[in-house]
Amino acid sequence: MTAPPLLRLDGVSKRFKGARRGAPPVQALDGVSLTLAPGRLLGLVGPDAGGKTTLMRIMAGLIEPDAGVVEVLGAPVAALDRGRVGYMPQGGALYAELSVQQNLELYARLRGVEPQENPERMEQLYALTGLAAFRDRPSGKLSGGMRQKLALACAVVAAPPLMLLDEPSVGVDPVSRREIWQLAQELAGPGSSIVWTTSILEDAERCDDVLLLHDGQVRYAGPPAGLAERAAGKVWFTPLPDAGRRQSLQSALERPDVVTASITGAGLRVVSRTGAAPAGAGWEPVAASAEEGFAATLDDGLPLAPSALAAGFPLRGTGANKAAIAAVGLTRRYGSFTAAQDISFTVAPGEIFGLLGPNGAGKSTTFRMLCGLLAPSSGRGTVAGRDLLTARAAAREAMGYMPQKFSLYGDLTVAANLKFIAGAYGLNGSAASEAIERVVGALGLEEYWASGAGLLPLGIKQRLALGAAVLHTPPVLFLDEPTSGVDPLVRREFWHHINAIAARGTAVLVTTHFMDEAENCDRLLLVNQSEAIAQGTPADLKRHASQRGGAAMLEEAFIALIMAQRAEAADAA
Amino acid sequence: MSAGDPLLWRRAAAIRRKEWAQVWLDPSTFGLVVLMPLILMFLFGSAVTLDVHGTRTGVVDQDHTRASREFIATLSRNSYFTVEEGPSVAALEQGLRTGDVRGIVVIPDGFETGLARLQPIDVQLITDGSQVNTATFLTGHLRGALKEWVEAEAGELDIPVTPVLKILPRYTYNPGLESRFMLVPGAIGIVMAMIGSLLTALIMAREYERGTMEGLLATPIAIPALVLSKLIPYYVLGLASTALCVVVAVFGYGLPFHGSVLALFLIASAFLAAVLGQGLLISAGTKNQFVSTQFALLSGFLPSLLLSGFLFEIDSMPTAIQWLTYIVPARYLIPSLQSVFLVGDVWQLFLPNIAILLLFGAFFFLRVTRAITRRIA
Repeated sequence: MTAPPLLRLDGVSKRFKGARRGAPPVQALDGVSLTLAPGRLLGLVGPDAGGKTTLMRIMAGLIEPDAGVVEVLGAPVAALDRGRVGYMPQGGALYAELSVQQNLELYARLRGVEPQENPERMEQLYALTGLAAFRDRPSGKLSGGMRQKLALACAVVAAPPLMLLDEPSVGVDPVSRREIWQLAQELAGPGSSIVWTTSILEDAERCDDVLLLHDGQVRYAGPPAGLAERAAGKVWFTPLPDAGRRQSLQSALERPDVVTASITGAGLRVVSRTGAAPAGAGWEPVAASAEEGFAATLDDGLPLAPSALAAGFPLRGTGANKAAIAAVGLTRRYGSFTAAQDISFTVAPGEIFGLLGPNGAGKSTTFRMLCGLLAPSSGRGTVAGRDLLTARAAAREAMGYMPQKFSLYGDLTVAANLKFIAGAYGLNGSAASEAIERVVGALGLEEYWASGAGLLPLGIKQRLALGAAVLHTPPVLFLDEPTSGVDPLVRREFWHHINAIAARGTAVLVTTHFMDEAENCDRLLLVNQSEAIAQGTPADLKRHASQRGGAAMLEEAFIALIMAQRAEAADAA
Repeated sequence: MSAGDPLLWRRAAAIRRKEWAQVWLDPSTFGLVVLMPLILMFLFGSAVTLDVHGTRTGVVDQDHTRASREFIATLSRNSYFTVEEGPSVAALEQGLRTGDVRGIVVIPDGFETGLARLQPIDVQLITDGSQVNTATFLTGHLRGALKEWVEAEAGELDIPVTPVLKILPRYTYNPGLESRFMLVPGAIGIVMAMIGSLLTALIMAREYERGTMEGLLATPIAIPALVLSKLIPYYVLGLASTALCVVVAVFGYGLPFHGSVLALFLIASAFLAAVLGQGLLISAGTKNQFVSTQFALLSGFLPSLLLSGFLFEIDSMPTAIQWLTYIVPARYLIPSLQSVFLVGDVWQLFLPNIAILLLFGAFFFLRVTRAITRRIA
């Protein structure tokens, strides 16, 4: 009675040569089997370098497996009809200099849809993606969310029965992420199936089925509820006061009986290793999420050690009397367009300050002005008391910067990159080797020491970038979407380091699209359409939003505040 | 998928359209196709010259006759020489050693009487053997001057011209013995080699570097169609660049154009097929724009410059190097180009060269379609 599967994989294995001569081969996939029925949505999750992209490429006929059976649309993959599979590679494969229309029409023609002969399909795509007004804009100048929508449209222009989407929601704000989800489902014809890889477990919860890949092996396959089941009965919640929440999180993470912990809503959630409630009063059992099931499944049994990365930082004190970062009326105009309008805030030593906002709202512009990478049109910024206009070099010395895009040298090894960065920050001799040793040890980079940085998995690249940013133990740290595209385990580890570094007295300015990370910040600034629309602690923001309709969770508050401003802007227009 | 599949052609056209759009949006294409040829043409046409002007040349007149005086006067009028007369070879030898004079011409006693009696006469030229080029050119120019003088004076002195005329067949197609006439057609070849390999060296590597190759390979486009569609726009650009060079050569440098446009078009097309294919293969092999550019310069530009017979005569190279020149496509282009400009259509020369270049092109094309697989490493 069931329709034949769109996808059938049986015992698929793939091994890659080591990146360097003499390096051991990498087992990317090890006996992976799956079936996908028509009309189903399969979420492919797992840690970085877990084999997700390799599996997608095998299903798209771009990598030949060493062993196993791969059948796509009822035929062996070698005879794949590429016109009937909509594959969106990571990053989208868009031509940055070509316009939205040129990109879409190129892929339409390649996939057998002549734009002139199918105007209604093209118009439908423009309408659904909301890109109708941006037809002539180069795709490289779109915001992250719009770019992903365009890439999605390019992949599925021919309404294929099978859609393979590799990380369509990476680096995208919560509002755009919801829209991309909707878009994928609307674009898929009736009965078509989607395989969707993601490092965001919330995404996985929206799928019909979830496949968890780790070290090339299937660790879970089934409905998302079943993944959450893995942590069932082990998740405990306790309310927290507004102050001192990070310290509570920090100490919970270092406890031997805790798998993972996070700040959500009004309190702290903990996944217990034993299942029993953590010591102390006030714990109540709560339902597990897919992310908690994920963490429980991949638990290595080891508690997080106190951050060795932070241990190298001098204790600077966390007095709030002096601002480590100050933005005073920062404004940036490009011709008639204002990218950031009158942004003001301060960050105290030891404080973690989060910049939130949709893609293209002006976060990055603000961020880049404070890093001294972009001159403000008006207003001023200081870092560690040094003015970015008059003492730029001194200000730069006082900051560590982790850019959104990987900006180290791909051709150099991890070792060479770190040595170069140490030298660039004026560390030499034993000071440099101590700093490098500390960073490499704390971030687990030893095994990649001699690997080319460009070939590392994304999560490892992000670790290296963080390490490079803190080599010189700066009093001010700028992190631009540090956890974009990395899996929940690496995110947890990152925040563990960031919290510990802040606790030593370093001021941290961070941008993020993850609301659980925003919850971890002391204070937040929400930017939308180039303006600061709300500022305060996470609790303040939620209260602020609740006056306009109620929000217990930060993500809902975020969306409510963005929507409210959009509505006001629409009314004004 | 068969060649009759209408979608095949549509997909190929889509790629072609995309390449044109990218070419149009990329300012460096203009630099590569228009500015670089102009600069190279200027360098090879005006700045680089193998000619020797105003060479200080010592002259010793041992004859002291009307004929010898007239001959020295002819030398003085010739722009290649700046004549410095001396009483004896010994008096001028010091100058040769210090480089004040580049050569000494000795007009022997009995020059006039010998000429009148049709006896062979040895006009001696003493040059610095360590300055091989200068020595060669001096010899050439001295012969030219001698011939010119004999032709002009023959009637007057009643000397038969025939015996002297046979010595310099080399001058036939380059009566002014201007190196520019040989250099400019060669320069066009170098420009084409450089542009051809650089243009295409970048385009495949760029697709790999930016990750767009994965997007293309996941569509149903056939790989030969992809490769061909990528080649065509750059073939057109290469031809445009060649045309620009020809216009500069003829109108800017006054080169004659004795051949036909058709012959030029066929030769240029065959050569572009070879070098564009070469660039594309490099590009697909390295998958890296930087390495690709370096490689294109090393394997395209340098061999074309050194091993094509453009600057250095192939006949005078060591045998092993001579063999090497057979795999340099420019070797088959430059003689044809020189002939199109200076001689005319010599199809016995063009056809084998065109055939060989097309073989190169076919070889590279096949290799590229095999080098680009559906597999993403």
